[in-house]
Formats: sequence, C-alpha cells, structure tokens
Amino acid sequence: MTDKKGVVLTEAQKKSRKRRSLAIALVLAFLCVLFYVVTIVKLGPGAMKRSELPQIETIA
Amino acid sequence: MSLVSEERTHADHLSGFAGVEDYWALLKPRVMSLVIFTALVGIVRAPGEIHPVLGFVALLCIAIGAGAAGALNMWWDADIDARMDRTRSRPIPAGRVEPGEAMIYGLLLSGASVLMLGLLVGWLAGALLAFTIFFYVVIYSMWLKRATPQNIVIGGAAGALPPVIGWAAVTGGVSLEPLLLFALIFIWTPPHFWALALLKKRDYEHAGIPMLPNVAGDDETRKQILLYSLVLAPAGVAPFALGMTGWLYGAASVVLGALFLVFAWQVYRRREGEAGERAAKHLFAFSVLYLFLLFAVLLIEGMAR
Repeated sequence: MTDKKGVVLTEAQKKSRKRRSLAIALVLAFLCVLFYVVTIVKLGPGAMKRSELPQIETIA
Repeated sequence: MSLVSEERTHADHLSGFAGVEDYWALLKPRVMSLVIFTALVGIVRAPGEIHPVLGFVALLCIAIGAGAAGALNMWWDADIDARMDRTRSRPIPAGRVEPGEAMIYGLLLSGASVLMLGLLVGWLAGALLAFTIFFYVVIYSMWLKRATPQNIVIGGAAGALPPVIGWAAVTGGVSLEPLLLFALIFIWTPPHFWALALLKKRDYEHAGIPMLPNVAGDDETRKQILLYSLVLAPAGVAPFALGMTGWLYGAASVVLGALFLVFAWQVYRRREGEAGERAAKHLFAFSVLYLFLLFAVLLIEGMAR
C-alpha cells in the first residue's frame, strides 16, 4: 500500500538534511576552486604570458 | 513508484538524524591527524621541490584516503564496536549512520582520493595510497584483526606508509630514508597498541578480538613490549646513524629511545594491580609523545634545510 505523502521527515531530520546538503555544497565549491588552482599551477607560469601563446598569423 | 508509507518509518529511525559531525567521525579524525603529520614529514624531508599547492593536494588526498579507510573499518567492525565501551558511541553502532551508507561513503572517498592523488600529483603516490587503504581495510580489518594476536603487528604497515606516500608524491620514487620512517612507525605500533590492550583487555575479550594479552596473557605481552622496544630504540636512531638527519634528531632519538626503554621496562617489571596498570598507561601516553617528537624534529630539520 502506498501513501502519496511519502516519507515524512521530522523537523530534526530536516535540519540534519539541510546541514548535510550545505556541507556537500561547500565541499563541491572547495573542489571547484582546488581543481581550478591546480590547473593553473600545472600549466605553469608560462600560461600567463601572451608571448608564449601560439601566434595567430593575420592576413594583411 | 514506491513511496514509504508511514511517518514512523523515518521518524523512528535514527539514521535520518546523522549529522555532518557523524560523517566526520567516520573518518577517524584523530588517526587522520597523525597520518597528515607523518605524511607531511615525508613531503618535507624528500629531496626536490613540489609546488605548495600540489603538496597541499597530496596531503589532502592522503588524509581523505586515510579517513576513507577509517570509514570502511567502522563499517566492517560495527558489530564489535557495539560491544566495546570505547567504540560503542561511534556513528554506526549508535544507529545514526546505516552500515551501507558508511560503506559507500568509504568506497567513494577511497576512489576519489586515489584518483585525485594519481592524476594531480603522481601515480606512484596514488598506488601507494590505494595499497594502504586496501591493506588497512582488507588485510587488517577483514582478515587479521579477528584472526590472530599478530593483527596489529602486520596491520601496522598501513599506519606506517603515509611518510612513504608523502615522499613518493615529491620524488616519484621511494628510497632508504622513507623506508626507515616506515620501519620506525611499523616497529613502534606493537608496543603502543599492546600497552593499550593491557588496559582494555576486558573490552577486547568482550568483543572477541584476539589481542595479545587475551591470547598469550599479560606476562607474554609485557615481554613482547620490551622486546619490540629494544628494537625500536635503535630503529629510531638509524636515520641519524646513516647520516640522513642532523644532530638534533640524533640527540632526540637517543634520549627518547632511552626513555621508551625505561617505560617499557617498568611495564615488564610492574605486573600487578594499580602499579601495573599505571605503567601501561604511562607507556601508552609516552609512545604517542615519542613518535610525535621524533617526527616533529624531522620536520623542523627538513624545513631548516
């Protein structure tokens, strides 16, 4: 037999779930920043110099 | 589509109450802090350079991997944790986290930490981390822990690997110095845990874990503690004797090794009643300080280079 209300959480459970969701969000945000920074580090200092980027020849 | 019907299904179930702190506790943060510290020493002592960001990533991955192994250990050992005073309030035996959740959590973090370490830092370090997790979970937790009083002797290898992983993260290889650090923690583990086992003998007996005092008796355990300490003291001096450290470490390892022997001797001599218990407590407490100080000196010397 099913009930359309589904699982009904108590207030304490809702609060726990909210805190868990927040923690997951913070971890994901931290990982995004970390992977971005690591990518820049792995590219090395040359990545920031325009002179080291491949030159595109323009047609005069 | 199946919906769970009654409100009581979840309201009465404690697992819905698992907080962030429970998932944090599954990672065994105290063990993790020791792992981070010893891995950091491996990173700092290693010759060559690592970008600080990558060094941080290596430490983070090692910490997460160690935590994941801790979560898998708690999943596997939930039944015996429920029978011991020391571990009864852990998230799984207390009913706040479902065993299956802990297993998936541990497996996910294991995979993620190994992949991250391999892809971002180096595959030897990643492989060593994977081996450490495997060794701790499968060899130690699933096999040795309930099978033999030598459980923590062999299982100690898992706890001894972090400085080797840290070293491999920097150099991409392994040489004698990290292996000496491995040996130091490996030989340190039995007297450290057997001192605790002497104090928690009833707990282990109740849980059915064949720790040395329960299987071979207190006297044999005290003898083994002394024997391992006799090996540990020179093993602690070895990095200095082989010219890998400075005089500060040399002096610290000699003094701390001698003190370790004194505490081990007291455990061996004082066998009865409160005096015997106090001797085991002192050795257990000093063993933590011993390892911490030796690695702290290694860290200081490494940073001063």
